[in-house]
Amino acid sequence: MTQQADTPQDTEKDTGQPAAPARAAAPAPRPGRFDAVRRRLPKSTFARHALAALGGLVVVFLVLELTNPFRNSQFATMSYYAIAAVGLTTLTGLNGQISLGHGALMAVGAYTTGLLLGPDADGAALPLPIVMLVAMAVTAVVGVVVGAAAARLHGPYLAGATLALAVALPGLAIYFDEWLGGEQGLRIAAPRPPDWFSDAVYFLSANETPGVKYLAYVGWITLLVVLLLMANLKRGRVGRVWQAVRDDEVAAELAGIRLGRTRVIAFVVSAACAGLAGAVLAVVVRLAAPSGFTIVLSLSLLTAVVLGGLGSFTGALLGSALLVFLTPTVTNLGTSLGLDATAAAEVAPFVYGVVLVLVMLLAPAGAVGVLRKLWHRTRGNHPGSSTRRSA
Amino acid sequence: MQQFLNVTLTGLAQGAVYSAIALALVLIWRSTRIVNFAQGAMAMFTTYIALSLIEAGQSYWVGLLVALVSGLVLGALVERVVVRPVEGGPELNAVIVTLGLFVGFQALAAILFGSTFVSFPAPFDLRGFTVGGVNIAFTPNSIFVIAAVVVVMLALVALFRFTNLGLQMRASAFSQEVSRLLGVRVGAMLTLGWALAAVVGSLAGVLIAGGNLVSPNYMDAVVVFGFVAAVLGGLESPGGAVVGGLTIGLLLSYVSGYLGSELVALAALVILVAVLLVRPQGLFSHAAARRV
Amino acid sequence: MSAPATTAALQVRGLSASYGPVTALDGVDVTAEPGRITAVLGANGAGKTTLLRTISGLVRPTAGQVLLGDRDLTRAPAETIARAGVAHVPEGRGVITELTVEENLRLGALLGSSRKRTRHVIDDVYAMFPPLAERRARHAHTLSGGERQMLVIGRALVTGPDVLLLDEPSLGLAPRIVAQIFGLLRELVDDAASGRLSVLLVEQNARSALSIADVGVVLNLGRVVATDSAAALAADDGLRHAYLGF
Ligand SMILES: Nc1ncnc2c1ncn2[C@@H]1O[C@H](COP(=O)(O)OP(=O)(O)O)[C@@H](O)[C@H]1O
Ligand SMILES: [Mg+2]
Repeated sequence: MTQQADTPQDTEKDTGQPAAPARAAAPAPRPGRFDAVRRRLPKSTFARHALAALGGLVVVFLVLELTNPFRNSQFATMSYYAIAAVGLTTLTGLNGQISLGHGALMAVGAYTTGLLLGPDADGAALPLPIVMLVAMAVTAVVGVVVGAAAARLHGPYLAGATLALAVALPGLAIYFDEWLGGEQGLRIAAPRPPDWFSDAVYFLSANETPGVKYLAYVGWITLLVVLLLMANLKRGRVGRVWQAVRDDEVAAELAGIRLGRTRVIAFVVSAACAGLAGAVLAVVVRLAAPSGFTIVLSLSLLTAVVLGGLGSFTGALLGSALLVFLTPTVTNLGTSLGLDATAAAEVAPFVYGVVLVLVMLLAPAGAVGVLRKLWHRTRGNHPGSSTRRSA
Repeated sequence: MQQFLNVTLTGLAQGAVYSAIALALVLIWRSTRIVNFAQGAMAMFTTYIALSLIEAGQSYWVGLLVALVSGLVLGALVERVVVRPVEGGPELNAVIVTLGLFVGFQALAAILFGSTFVSFPAPFDLRGFTVGGVNIAFTPNSIFVIAAVVVVMLALVALFRFTNLGLQMRASAFSQEVSRLLGVRVGAMLTLGWALAAVVGSLAGVLIAGGNLVSPNYMDAVVVFGFVAAVLGGLESPGGAVVGGLTIGLLLSYVSGYLGSELVALAALVILVAVLLVRPQGLFSHAAARRV
Repeated sequence: MSAPATTAALQVRGLSASYGPVTALDGVDVTAEPGRITAVLGANGAGKTTLLRTISGLVRPTAGQVLLGDRDLTRAPAETIARAGVAHVPEGRGVITELTVEENLRLGALLGSSRKRTRHVIDDVYAMFPPLAERRARHAHTLSGGERQMLVIGRALVTGPDVLLLDEPSLGLAPRIVAQIFGLLRELVDDAASGRLSVLLVEQNARSALSIADVGVVLNLGRVVATDSAAALAADDGLRHAYLGF
């Protein structure tokens, strides 16, 4: 859903700044094989995205019902990485800001979830969706504070400040150990699937819904909703304003865009995604502890986003999938090279580091950028000037 | 009163180390406009090299020397191989490369040296001096730490002030194009700058490790404190980095002594944000307003 | 005008350069002969700066050659070209403001001379530009525009160049200072001791430049439209009106 080009008149009318010509230069839809299909698609962007999300839901249902519990749990893990990565790519790719604090923001969401759900399943007073919304809201509020400071920083300064956030926040969990459980963290009850949900799944697939699968559903439905909202945001006025700010601050300022406010909003939206991701993580992992939210978590998210291609949601999904599904392979490789279990577990972060460096040196537009280039080459076009990398 | 004295003395020794890290960051920032977030991870790595030698029966001093030399080589290699291609490009790309090095080195150290805490020896006594019958928190080792940092700083000042090489390095940092037009081999100067910075970083790594436990992420917080110190000093000025390092060392020591050690990193964050928002050119810089 | 044309110090043949799709130089031929000032004239955007930057290796040519004597410097790195004896004083002066006056000069003098001679050539510059001597320990950002121009010319001279490339040295300076600097330039080139120096002087201020130059080259949109003696160019009304703006 990130591939469709804006129609040129759209772009120019709404932003009227220098980034527009480059985007307007995207090839106009030309008559072709898919024309018949295209004509039947709904006109409104939201409706088209909603249709795609619905399609996504069907795919999720098929995949989760057809795979084993181990895969289900991997999909659950992927869902929270992807939610956070989508949030981070919104910030980095669309708005040109970087954050190494998204791991810490996920911690805010996870701890909130932990406090609300409590350690035993029967004690939970609130239904899961409400808990997740509260976790999101709390993280968004933290995002306002962080974003207000971050809005005035750029590049290395912003990276340094958010890195400091990532290092500092776990200290709070230890300082307030009465509430937050100190080093041990909070144990969190796994929510059980509501009866209507299990019944619905049983009706459709004749399968039971064990806890793991339910959580994978929770994660993926959340992810689809986030994607739907973010895709709309990106296509809409807000998204174009953000990209204008990323592409040329001066021009954006001249076009009457308020830079500071735009940046804060972008940060808050991104933080809200991180909070949701933290909530999903909390119920999937059933624990919120400082050791789960180290800098390596933030850097893994960055790896997912960079690997996929900054600014592209497809890239964020692709990056998260690689992160989750390649990690066991890489770890096994370590074991087969004779490493013990703890050392083998470090092979994956080592690979993240190497990947971050290599992608920046060899293909700064990420996987999506490379694919897009190949696509254009096979079609005999020059790759358009609409690369999504931020400057 | 005695606690205040102790906290202050501890802060000074730690501040010396933060100064060194800040100085390393400033050296690199001035010449290449890159904040090397991998500075701490690289220092951690060379500290582990020293530790392996010490555990294999070599003396502390051999370990220290090898750590400094490996820092030199590592810094030069990193600049030549992975940083050179992103120099002068979009700033986000350079940030991401140094972050990649950060995780990469950390994980590699865990693979090669293990991820548990191990103790690193100190070259001098870790028991405090006794002054007027009272034992204070200032140890012979603290004196060594401060002296080592001072010696290295004086050596750097001498290099930059009084030698032609130092003059060429400064010129390359300030204006690459003009330097090239004057025949200065700017590329070599940048490599040398990264190498020297890594030496200073390695020194800081070994000094802070002495008498403490090390693990692959023991420098995470230190590099953040060094960054805060560098920003406090204006990020451009080596002198500012030193003053910034001492200031941060003292402030964080007070936070740790009076509020709780868990809040040290949070205090660093608060100081950083306050400086960036209120006085972005740093406390000790006279430079005009600067874009952060 | 001591040396015959065949031992020309700097020869530029068919030099082309572009910035992406913009062709800034298109087959330019220029010769800067020893003991002469060669003025490169043309309107804003004609390609004068690009010509100097391509000669000194800051811009890579797409075609053509840069020869110093019989040495081919085409596509050599800027530092190599500087070491070969080409001193480029860039547009906007190129003083390193964070260094002191003395350090700027020392940096220039590092190119090629022994320690003793270094002191000597730096003292020569102070003798030539007394205001610099007074401010030798000051940071260069404290200098006035004229003093900065003196500093960069002095710094170029202490490198012991065969060729001096000057990009708009008159820009932003008071006429009196310009006259002083141009007069000095003429003296330098005429001076028997430095008789081998060739100067390529880029100027928008064509009238003053032609008054001290021996020959002139007129550029327009990256091409040479005229090459002649300075006097002949100054006398050509059509050319003056079309390209030189006086
Ligand atoms: N860095 C650059 N990037 C793109 N175009 C440039 C650049 N520098 C100069 N140009 C273009 O090249 C042409 C020649 O410029 P320049 O050599 O600066 O001319 P002059 O010095 O005679 O004014 C102009 O059209 C100018 O716009
Ligand atoms: Mg010019």
